[in-house]
Amino acid sequence: MTDLLNQLNENLGHVNHWITIFLILAGLYIVVAKSNMIKKLVGLSIFQTSVYLLYISPSKIVGGTVPIISEDYAVYSNPLPHVLILTAIVVGVATLALGLAIVVRINEAYGTIEEDDIYAQDWD
Amino acid sequence: MSSGLLIVAALLLPTIAVLFIVSSTRRPNLREAFTLLFASVLFVVVCTMVPSVIDGDRPSIVLGEVMSGLIVAFEVEPLGMLFALIASSLWIISSVYSIGYMRGNNEPRHTSFFVCFAISIGSTMGIAFAGNLFTLFLFYEVLTLSTYPLVAHKGNDEARAGGRMYLGILLFTSVVFLLPALVITYSITGTLDFQLGGTIDTDNGPFLIGMLSVLFIYGIGKAAIMPAHKWLPAAMVAPAPVSALLHAVAVVKAGVFSVVKVIVYVFGIDVFNLVSSTDWVSYAAGFTVLAASVIALRQGNLKRRLAYSTVSQLSYVVLAAAMATPLAIMGAALHIASHAFGKITLFFAAGSIYTAAHKTEICQLNGIGWRMPITMIAFSIGALSMIGVPPTVGFLGKWYILSAAITATDYFVLFVIFCSTLLNTGYFIPIIYNAFMRAEDVIPEHDHGEAPWPVVLALSVTASASLALFFFPDVPLALAKQLAWG
Amino acid sequence: MFEQYPVIVVMWPLVAAALCAVVRRERWCWILALSVSFISLVGAITMLGYLDGEAGFISYALGGWRPPYGIEYRVDTLAVYILILVSFLATGVLLYGRQSVKAEIPANLQGWYYCMYLLCLCGLMGIAITGDAFNAFVFMEIASLSMYVLIGLGRDRKALAAAYQYLIMGTVGATMYVIGVGLLYTITGTLNLVDMGERLNPIMDTPAALAGMAFIIVGLSLKLALFPMHLWLPNAYAFAPSVTTVFISATGTKVSIYLLLRYLYSVFGFDFIVNHSPVPSVMLVLSLLAIFVGSLTAIFQENVKRMLAYSSVAQIGYITLGIALANGAGLLGGLVHVFNHALMKGALFMLVGGIAFQIGTVRIEDMAGIGRKMPLTMLGFVIGSLCMLGVPGTVGFVGKWYLAVGAIQNGWWWLVALIMLSSLLVLVYMGRVVEIAYFRERPQGAVALSEPPKAMVVTSWVFIFACIYFGIDTSFTLDTAESAVEILLAPKP
Repeated sequence: MTDLLNQLNENLGHVNHWITIFLILAGLYIVVAKSNMIKKLVGLSIFQTSVYLLYISPSKIVGGTVPIISEDYAVYSNPLPHVLILTAIVVGVATLALGLAIVVRINEAYGTIEEDDIYAQDWD
Repeated sequence: MSSGLLIVAALLLPTIAVLFIVSSTRRPNLREAFTLLFASVLFVVVCTMVPSVIDGDRPSIVLGEVMSGLIVAFEVEPLGMLFALIASSLWIISSVYSIGYMRGNNEPRHTSFFVCFAISIGSTMGIAFAGNLFTLFLFYEVLTLSTYPLVAHKGNDEARAGGRMYLGILLFTSVVFLLPALVITYSITGTLDFQLGGTIDTDNGPFLIGMLSVLFIYGIGKAAIMPAHKWLPAAMVAPAPVSALLHAVAVVKAGVFSVVKVIVYVFGIDVFNLVSSTDWVSYAAGFTVLAASVIALRQGNLKRRLAYSTVSQLSYVVLAAAMATPLAIMGAALHIASHAFGKITLFFAAGSIYTAAHKTEICQLNGIGWRMPITMIAFSIGALSMIGVPPTVGFLGKWYILSAAITATDYFVLFVIFCSTLLNTGYFIPIIYNAFMRAEDVIPEHDHGEAPWPVVLALSVTASASLALFFFPDVPLALAKQLAWG
Repeated sequence: MFEQYPVIVVMWPLVAAALCAVVRRERWCWILALSVSFISLVGAITMLGYLDGEAGFISYALGGWRPPYGIEYRVDTLAVYILILVSFLATGVLLYGRQSVKAEIPANLQGWYYCMYLLCLCGLMGIAITGDAFNAFVFMEIASLSMYVLIGLGRDRKALAAAYQYLIMGTVGATMYVIGVGLLYTITGTLNLVDMGERLNPIMDTPAALAGMAFIIVGLSLKLALFPMHLWLPNAYAFAPSVTTVFISATGTKVSIYLLLRYLYSVFGFDFIVNHSPVPSVMLVLSLLAIFVGSLTAIFQENVKRMLAYSSVAQIGYITLGIALANGAGLLGGLVHVFNHALMKGALFMLVGGIAFQIGTVRIEDMAGIGRKMPLTMLGFVIGSLCMLGVPGTVGFVGKWYLAVGAIQNGWWWLVALIMLSSLLVLVYMGRVVEIAYFRERPQGAVALSEPPKAMVVTSWVFIFACIYFGIDTSFTLDTAESAVEILLAPKP
């Protein structure tokens, strides 16, 4: 019984990574399966969000405290991944903004934002 | 003038000629004069190199290294000297011929014609004087590319299709077979140089040497070994001067020249003889000789018959080279020379008939011998040279090849030569007979005599040369002896 | 001053981009872009000169924080090779393209165009110069985002769809790269590439390291358009403005190839990649597919830019074939081909841009008979075709030769035959254009023609001459590539 509980504890302890995997797959699926351009961008954002979780999860060190230097503490959590993720979030926002701008222009030019219709109009 | 500079001069002259030809495009007579001027100077330059080569000198010059191991270098040895002599002398004569032909037939775009011609001769010089496989390959490709516009010159659909097949087959064979052959040779010997006695030795194993021989022989598509010969008949869409010089002399000769050079200087005669996996070359060449002659018999178009005759004669050279004895190599070199003069006469005559009478089929040639006596006499001399009858120069090459075959008791070669001589007679003599002995069955619309005088002059000169070389064969013989016995 | 060069080549384009965004007058933006590109080129060449004297590398610590804690800019021969390539092309394209930009981009957006161009240049130079994994991602995205804009400004509305497709695929690729970096960071604790390589040594075959490696390779392959992740490339190159196409075709994928090489050889190590991973065999299959599928598809294209784009897919296959051969000669062939292909494709796209400028369309059928009207341009195209074919004496031959030598060193005779066979496919699709241009008559009532503007013709020909020159005098490209190969193949410390 305790073995089972231990194993469950170990696996559930990785719940962050399970969510990461789920988000990766969900995001990629949406990008690939949906033909609406805005939905694709949403899927892309979900895919990028999984990365944030992937970076931040290992940054919390067991027994570590907030990364502010103090004489009372010896173990700190790692602040570097948070910095990296801030950068990644900015990049993600810029990508999303650009993508949406392109979609607006596509809508003006083609009259639709469904990829299938766009390909039907020009590449038949 | 130092010998190295002479080599550079020989290569530069056609290149500079291009500039002059392009600049004088608005004054046709001046432009033609430039071509003739540069051709003559080139011939003189080449002639001055001959005595030293016969004495045993090997002038050479290295231009530079492109990549490690790939050097552009030139070295004049007897076979190359012979080839250069043929090409440069015939450039002058065929320029005279071209002037008459292009003007007589109102062909379009003369300037680009003469420019491409000059570039082709320049690359032929590069091939003749190449000192290693890389230089040979470089100029071999340039020759293919510069003759393509000449083949497709007429610009109509037929010409374009012919040009496509020409370019396609030649580039295919050179890139897919010859280039890997170069890479493999470099990998196993460490060098691409030509050396007397060859750079490959028997340590490499019969399989490797056999495979290399396949890659080289089929890679040199210009030698037209079957089945890589299809480009030759396809290239007959070109105007007759192009067919004459390039396909009777320069392009095809570059092919068999490269084959002989590879056998003598890369494989080495001894290695080629010893290893049994190279025996297939004689059989392929012999097959080509006979098959091409049979196909020639069935051709009704004069130029196509001549094209297949060329395929057949080229394989004589390869057959002789494959025997790989000094006497046979001598025969191969001599046959390169004798075939050149004979074949160019034949193509000149075909072009002359087309210019004067607009006839292309053999069945239309009944009785034309009396209207165009000079042309048809020249044709007869050329045909006799192909068959190998004295006193034409064709006899010379055949004699040495036969001697070599008898000395080596190579019954296959004897059989092939015997049969093909019969076949040659079979497809040449009827033409001559019909031209002189049959009466004209259709009166032509307009009375015509000979073609314009430059055309007739050119073919008379080459026909006379075919006769003269029989009586005064010193230079070709000396060069061939130098090649075979070093 | 010299120690600041690594940051100057990245910082100046960034500052200039901001200035362009403020100034927005076409003439001043062009002058600014040209001068900054030229400064970057001079800087890159100076760094090469410095490196030639001493082996090793130039290291610059961004912000004064010393590596491996801070971000390090690390310039060795391989990096400087790419830097010179990118800046040389940036300068050349600007000299070439002013009239083309004026013709194809709306007037109020031309200043912004140069701003994006500079941002792209900054990003590309940054990828080549940085020694930090995450910093590479940042620069990669700077370059990519500006590329999406540069592509989307094309005249045809298909440019927008192409930009969107590239955005989606490119971002997926970049995110995969980040996932890979994240996994490697988690197990090594460092982002500095050299340090990461050292720390990976004992743990190279743990699942985390392998997964990280896989993600990075796939992510970068998306960016460099390795088959079958090349789908964004044909549309992006075909419908973008001519100037954009020249620039990104010659630089975009090459920089991603550089990054892939860095990871494969400097972080994971030659020994691991070749002996303990399936990377060479997978690369071999994908490269061959890229070469043949790319060339075959090119043959059936009606749009000359799309044809050249598929041709690029095939040529990228040659470069990755060099990686797949897993020996010094193959790698040398691939690296040399990076430079040479950039020259060839740059020249060809420049010429095609000139043709498009004059006849207004890029359909091959509409190019009938222009051989006589635009003799210089078409002659350049013919020479460019010969280079693509791999005729000796041109740049295309050098890479192919070394790839063949590398294949024979492995004993793969069949690969030599395949490499040569694929050159013939080049003959078919390039020969088609040459034939139509020279051997067909101009249709009745067609637009009267002359050569494109002098700037375009002259710059195209400078690149064509470079194609021939670097094919005959291969000292610069080969020597630099050889030093780069030595660096890559050296065992990790």
